[in-house]
Amino acid sequence: MKVRAQFALVFNLDKCIGCHTCSVTCKNVWTNRKGAEYMWFNNVESKPGVGYPKEWENQSKWQGGWKKKNGKLTLRQGGKVKELINIFANPDLPEMGDYYQPFTFDYNHLVSAPLSEAAPTARPLSQIDGAVMDKVSWGPNWEDDLAGEFAKRSQDSNFDRIQKEVYADFEHTFHFYLPRMCNHCLNPACVAACPSGAIYKREEDGIVLVDQDRCRGWRMCVSACPYKKVYFNWESGKSEKCIGCYPRVESGLPTVCSETCVGRIRSNGIILYDADRISDAAGKDAVEDIYQAHLDIFLDPNDPEVIAQAYRDGVPDSWVKAAQESPIYRMAVDWKIAFPLHPEFRTLPMVWYVPPLSPVQSQMEKGNLPMGPDGVIPQVENLRIPLRYLANLFTAGQEAPVAAALRKLIAMRSYERSIHVEGKADARVLAAAGLSEEQAKEMWQLLSIANYEDRFVIPTSHQEVKIDDPYALQGQNGISFGNTSSEGESTTSLFPQRRKGAVEPVQPLQFFPRGKRA
Amino acid sequence: MSHFMDRLKFFTTKREPFSGGHGVLIEDDRKWEDGYRNRWRFDKIVRSTHGVNCTGSCSWKIYVKNGLVAFETQQTDYPRTRPDLPNHEPRGCQRGASYSWYLYSPHRIKYPMIRSRLLEIYRTERASGKDPVEAWAAIQQDAEKRRRYTAVRGLGGFVRTEWEEVTEIIAAANIHTIKAHGPDRIAGFSPIPAMSMISYAAGARYLDLIGGVPLSFYDWYCDLPPSSPQVWGEQTDVPESADWYNSTYIIVAGTNLPMTRTPDAHFYSEVRYKGTKVVAVAPDYAEYVKFADLWMPARAGTDAALFMAMGHVVLKEFYVDRPEPYFLDYARRFTDLPMQVLLRKVGKQTYVSDRFLRASDFAGELGQENNPEWKTVVYDSRSGGFVCPNGSIGFRWGEHGKWNLLPRDAASAQEIEAELSCAGHHDATAEVLFPHFATGEKDMLSRLVPVRKLKLANGEEALVASTLDLLIAQYGVDRGLGGDNVASSYEDAEVPYTPAWQEGITGVPRADVLRTAREFADNAAKTHGKSMVIVGAGTNHWYHNDMNYRSIINLVHLCGCVGQSGGGWAHYVGQEALRPQAGWVPITFALDWYRPARQMAGTSFFYLHTDQWRYERVDADDLLTSTAKGKYRGHSLVDYNVVAERMGWLPSAPHFNRNPLDLYEEAAKAGKRSEGEVGAYVAEQLKSGALQFASEDPDNPVNWPRNLFVWRGNLIGTSAKGHEYFLKHLLGAQNGVFGDGQEGRASREIKWRDKAPIGKLDLMVDINFRLNSTGAYSDIILPTATWYEKNDLNTTDMHPFIHPLGEAVNPGWESRSDWQIFKTIAQAFSVLAEKHLGTRTDLLATPLMHDTPAELGQATEIRDWKRGECEPIPGKTMPHIKLVVRDYDNTYRKFTALGPKLLELGNGIKGDQWDTRAEYESLVELNGPVKEEGISKGMPSLGEDIAVCNAILALSPETNGEVAHKAWKSVEHESGLSLTHLCDDRRGDKFTFADLQVQPRKVITSPTWSGIMSEEVSYNAAYVNIHEAIPHRTLTGRGHFYVDHEWMLDFGEGFCAYRPPLDMKATKGVSPAILKEPHLVLNWLTPHSKWGIHSTYNDNLRMLNLFRGGPVVWIAEEDARTIGLHDNDWVEAINVNGATMARAVLSQRVPRGVAIMYHAQEKTINVPGSPTTGKRGGILNSVTKVVVKPTHMIGGYAQLSYGMNYYGPVGSQRDEHVIIRRIPDQQIDWLERPLTPEREAALNPPGVY
Repeated sequence: MKVRAQFALVFNLDKCIGCHTCSVTCKNVWTNRKGAEYMWFNNVESKPGVGYPKEWENQSKWQGGWKKKNGKLTLRQGGKVKELINIFANPDLPEMGDYYQPFTFDYNHLVSAPLSEAAPTARPLSQIDGAVMDKVSWGPNWEDDLAGEFAKRSQDSNFDRIQKEVYADFEHTFHFYLPRMCNHCLNPACVAACPSGAIYKREEDGIVLVDQDRCRGWRMCVSACPYKKVYFNWESGKSEKCIGCYPRVESGLPTVCSETCVGRIRSNGIILYDADRISDAAGKDAVEDIYQAHLDIFLDPNDPEVIAQAYRDGVPDSWVKAAQESPIYRMAVDWKIAFPLHPEFRTLPMVWYVPPLSPVQSQMEKGNLPMGPDGVIPQVENLRIPLRYLANLFTAGQEAPVAAALRKLIAMRSYERSIHVEGKADARVLAAAGLSEEQAKEMWQLLSIANYEDRFVIPTSHQEVKIDDPYALQGQNGISFGNTSSEGESTTSLFPQRRKGAVEPVQPLQFFPRGKRA
Repeated sequence: MSHFMDRLKFFTTKREPFSGGHGVLIEDDRKWEDGYRNRWRFDKIVRSTHGVNCTGSCSWKIYVKNGLVAFETQQTDYPRTRPDLPNHEPRGCQRGASYSWYLYSPHRIKYPMIRSRLLEIYRTERASGKDPVEAWAAIQQDAEKRRRYTAVRGLGGFVRTEWEEVTEIIAAANIHTIKAHGPDRIAGFSPIPAMSMISYAAGARYLDLIGGVPLSFYDWYCDLPPSSPQVWGEQTDVPESADWYNSTYIIVAGTNLPMTRTPDAHFYSEVRYKGTKVVAVAPDYAEYVKFADLWMPARAGTDAALFMAMGHVVLKEFYVDRPEPYFLDYARRFTDLPMQVLLRKVGKQTYVSDRFLRASDFAGELGQENNPEWKTVVYDSRSGGFVCPNGSIGFRWGEHGKWNLLPRDAASAQEIEAELSCAGHHDATAEVLFPHFATGEKDMLSRLVPVRKLKLANGEEALVASTLDLLIAQYGVDRGLGGDNVASSYEDAEVPYTPAWQEGITGVPRADVLRTAREFADNAAKTHGKSMVIVGAGTNHWYHNDMNYRSIINLVHLCGCVGQSGGGWAHYVGQEALRPQAGWVPITFALDWYRPARQMAGTSFFYLHTDQWRYERVDADDLLTSTAKGKYRGHSLVDYNVVAERMGWLPSAPHFNRNPLDLYEEAAKAGKRSEGEVGAYVAEQLKSGALQFASEDPDNPVNWPRNLFVWRGNLIGTSAKGHEYFLKHLLGAQNGVFGDGQEGRASREIKWRDKAPIGKLDLMVDINFRLNSTGAYSDIILPTATWYEKNDLNTTDMHPFIHPLGEAVNPGWESRSDWQIFKTIAQAFSVLAEKHLGTRTDLLATPLMHDTPAELGQATEIRDWKRGECEPIPGKTMPHIKLVVRDYDNTYRKFTALGPKLLELGNGIKGDQWDTRAEYESLVELNGPVKEEGISKGMPSLGEDIAVCNAILALSPETNGEVAHKAWKSVEHESGLSLTHLCDDRRGDKFTFADLQVQPRKVITSPTWSGIMSEEVSYNAAYVNIHEAIPHRTLTGRGHFYVDHEWMLDFGEGFCAYRPPLDMKATKGVSPAILKEPHLVLNWLTPHSKWGIHSTYNDNLRMLNLFRGGPVVWIAEEDARTIGLHDNDWVEAINVNGATMARAVLSQRVPRGVAIMYHAQEKTINVPGSPTTGKRGGILNSVTKVVVKPTHMIGGYAQLSYGMNYYGPVGSQRDEHVIIRRIPDQQIDWLERPLTPEREAALNPPGVY
């Protein structure tokens, strides 16, 4: 047993309102600069839909993630040898059309336009070359709220083994949002694929980073990541990805996307796992078994043996305590209402999801509403989103665990209704769903009341232990005369040319001080 | 790369494998990580928010880094709620998070800008030796000079100028207008003050100091639900979003909570985990449907049919079959259901419901000497007779102590039990006709109603029925009396308002409606009212919005939900709660210096002055019932507006066909000097016809509005319903109006002028931080501070906190805050006014206002002085005539100091009054006294934005506990109730601006609002009415199912009835050439958008990136297929109002028959030319036209009395239809060539002259 602590997240899709605030705040902080226009460390997709970049989930197209070959885990895009062959022409790399031509508009024209035949309009400009674009034809969220023809959106590979034509009409519409960021996987394909050794998973918190000093822009990580969450910065020539907001997390703050999530769907916390069992879990023969195997390598933070080993492996005391109070552990392990995204990719992702409830579908057909024992709240069997679709997202097609999770959410609702409407708790429905009253109350507290301190349980990084001379750094920290705070020698910063050469033209407004003729 | 060499020297790398060699631990130098860490570092955080019209009121952290605003994230430090209620953090959405982009965007307004042609002409005039006012006059007197700059409005051609010069021009224009035309020809438009109340106050204060006219917006936006004043006498009061969490059954109808109430939506998603059932009524699979347990896809505009059917079920099961005690008790005490209604004979044996029975109808007036004609009557089952209960509006004025809802006979003070129904004890059964409007069904439905007979004071025998007995009949419920038009069962599709009947109209399965109605009522019975309906634009933006809403309000009233935490009616569109209103109002409308203030109903103003009335295709007679008294049959819609103005029901501005300053002087010359004498003089002049209301001849240049200020809003690009009419008539710009505007000839009250005016405005000024359509069409654009560059206050009805906008960085470039801008204009104005105006007496015509004794206008019959039915009596049968002496040269001094009227007259709100000397004096200390010599010396300074904030906070009950105490004392006096307990735990609280910068503060319970601020319950409307027995400010003092004004009855809306969407007839008259090609005819729906708050953010790069980069229209895939339309194709939407271009979004979630163009996508971003108009594509409102509704013009009648943004005509736009056709990419013309003389002359679309 090798105990590691992982910074992990759960997104409750049942609460996601699809507002994209997460994407915007993340972009403003991290990717609001040249070369990063199309990078959405965090994005939100409308499902069903092909997502961003197009059809990212279709690994027969992109060859991302891992596969089991001859009993061994190997990258789907190929091992080291294949990688070297492809290093200058990677056939699995998405192109601009799979993302979008990043665009801005000729805003200044609105202010500075001379007298014209018609009201001035700001036309779209490519952020790559500044050229006028006739038509914007794709973007990072083109399918928002089911925008686009069903035939195109239903290329979504989660329709696998579903008679999808049934869901094409107005009456059978279903819809939910899927916010996505880097999964900071336990078995990251990007790390394995990097020819430069520039990508690493931090030992202390599991955050996966692309070292901007070491990256040589080979982009093998871009194709290896099955979630397409590594992007190539065409300005700096290096790959970048979600950094798990480590500058915040190290100080005990949630990620920007999590704190700013106005739907309050995001939880951040610590989970302990056995690093020695990663290859076993990721390497299960049947993809259907990976979800359970992934669960199995999580360690019980209250187990004295685990705690003792954690200390031996250098996990700080406050981290063990955080793991014990972890909202992630409770949702994923205790209650089993959260699931990894596409476990079949075998990367053991660490952003997990609570699946969404949905309006009943069958009322159209039956003319009446099948309800649960409380007589009011509908049952799982009648929900509008096909279980199979959710199972294809979260459990490699197994419907039972997803159905069980939804049943628990409904049981919690039914139980709470009995308290608030009938005035007396009726726990019968809980037992059927496999919940105790205490669990139901805790679930309600975390999912419904969802206080800041319950959603986010994040220990600080204990730099004082890691650094030889914290007293000196306390005064030195952040001071840099050309060199940032390190003893490194170069004077260039990470983003030396930020905004220089922004493509939007700016015409100074003609100015005629008083006394002059206009 | 920076440490690459260092790293080559770093050979201590340790490699330690794990997981059987699958993983390797590498120890390496990680100093590069500081690169991202440095991005996260910043210099300071300042608390601010967004002054945008969204009512989000979210507190934000603004991060400043190296002197620039770097980014923003939400504050999470709101005071906490109770342990069993979710907290408010974080509040703020994707739009707010994008705001920092604007600060440095390439279309930021950095300097004062002016139309170069105007600048040229003005400088030439000035260079010839004229002073500024003379120069402006010279331009206006020369038609060609005027045309030169007005005709190119919207076509570019701005140059930069200087503050001094540009404010001189504005001041000169204002002064010329005051002299030549009158101050009531200077108007200002700025929306929803609560979001940045100091900024709103700046412009309004300037306008009201000079006699200008702030225009209302809430009614114009059609966000005002007229149903709310009709039912409760309340502008709008709603639960805070946290109160959703107290509900156990929620129906959401027509308000897209995740999309438009983004920071509140979590209460909606989270309450489901509390066991609350959610039902969504939506024509499309909208975002809020995702959270529902059941989706009822009612066809657009048919909500009333669905909710009437639910009411049918509730009346039958919970009132008739198994009466629910909680409901009956509630109905008896808090609604008009027990009130007695007179029946009017309309046939041999048939009746219609008429007005409420009044105390004055009885011999002896039921013991009431004061206002007996304004006191309604119930039947008391204890004493077995008719009594006059406490609480009706007659008790509000002229006496004290009985304006309350205690169940007492006002004459004897004996406890009573108001009888809800006389069934079983009835004297007779009457056949009553009920108006009905469903397409293809009978227009009058006769039903049997149990009635009592009584003898009136005049000796006549009358039949009366309780409101409930009439209502049960109206809903088609059979209570055993039999007869026609009552349902034999829910399956009876022939009888209106059964679940089966609504299925044919809404398309929603009857079983769903039946089950939902039962569950809703059952839930309310068990929880005492915790059933809630959340509604919004999707239900309220229709012409018959009041019917849609009243069908819903009826349901929540019947179930005893209104005023109960977690229950009731929750309207969310454009509503706001300017919490410290009592302190804000006097400063904003300059009531500290002059009373009263001039105000105008936006809808009437724009309907008249953009000449949309000339194009009116809807015939008012078609809206009348066949049993209407119909005194104004034959009048067109605009005629009703003219009538309402002259009777003092609606405001008028411009008032008369005379400069009000000159009119006063005429009166003075005739020896009339006192207000009473002048009023009588004006009445006489009106009666003789020597003087006319401006609205009787709006196209006469004498009656045009001349100057228009727009600040904090985007009138032209967002809220100009009938955008193209604005361009044509108000602005004189290139436009896409296709109609010939001959319909207006039918008017009986307006003088017809063959030639419609082009370009009424001499000057339009926009104050803005970015260039949008309003700036584009203005003559002058002033650069304003962004929301991160100024200090201001912000509140909402969605949460109970008040918090600030804060100056994170100084205003960028040459921008200034709105307060400083209007201060600068006031200064320039004062200098020129000394020579040109001096001191003048202004004559104001103001309407019979709600919450004043004037709301007791004409009680039982409408008499029109113009028709000789009565005398014109100011303040009774016509507007008040008021005089205000304006020393124009002191405008700046008055602007910058808190004036003495607050000392002399005190302060108040909603008819309550209190002394405010102590607060006034405290402000001399807090803000410092004005030091300059002159009229304002020693008064509290209002020179700086923070000083204004502090003044508002000190004067308001919500932010000063001592003032709250005084305010409640005032209500105690009126009502005879004990009420100060509602605020006394906060009596010592006082907030200053600095306090709010530290943390948002929860406001204090005040009589301005009908809910309370408490630790135990969340804020919900009508709480004090239900729990403290304070009457609603209505005729009966109760919530109304029945509204008995003659016009309401004429138009068939005494009771709520389903009225289908209006036929706007706008697709008729579209060119046959277009109709020959493949096209769709679709209902044009314009809901609020995900990527903007109105037009703000719709041009924001972040938001444009996150969807499709410019205007789009959503269309059903199935509809699109029929005309070969594909996703992202260009489409043109056309009707007789104009045309607009956008790209199509095809989606399965959209039902057939509608085109959804989300609100306020402007032509400033990515819009080509429209092939049909030949002009730049248009905006969403290019194909709309406003249509006014006469019932909204009623005034001087209890709750149906005017208040700015309170009651008045609303500008609906959702009944409109358009032709949609595909435009191939190769036919797209971007129209980017320079202006030519030919093009300049072509103001209208091809073929229109």
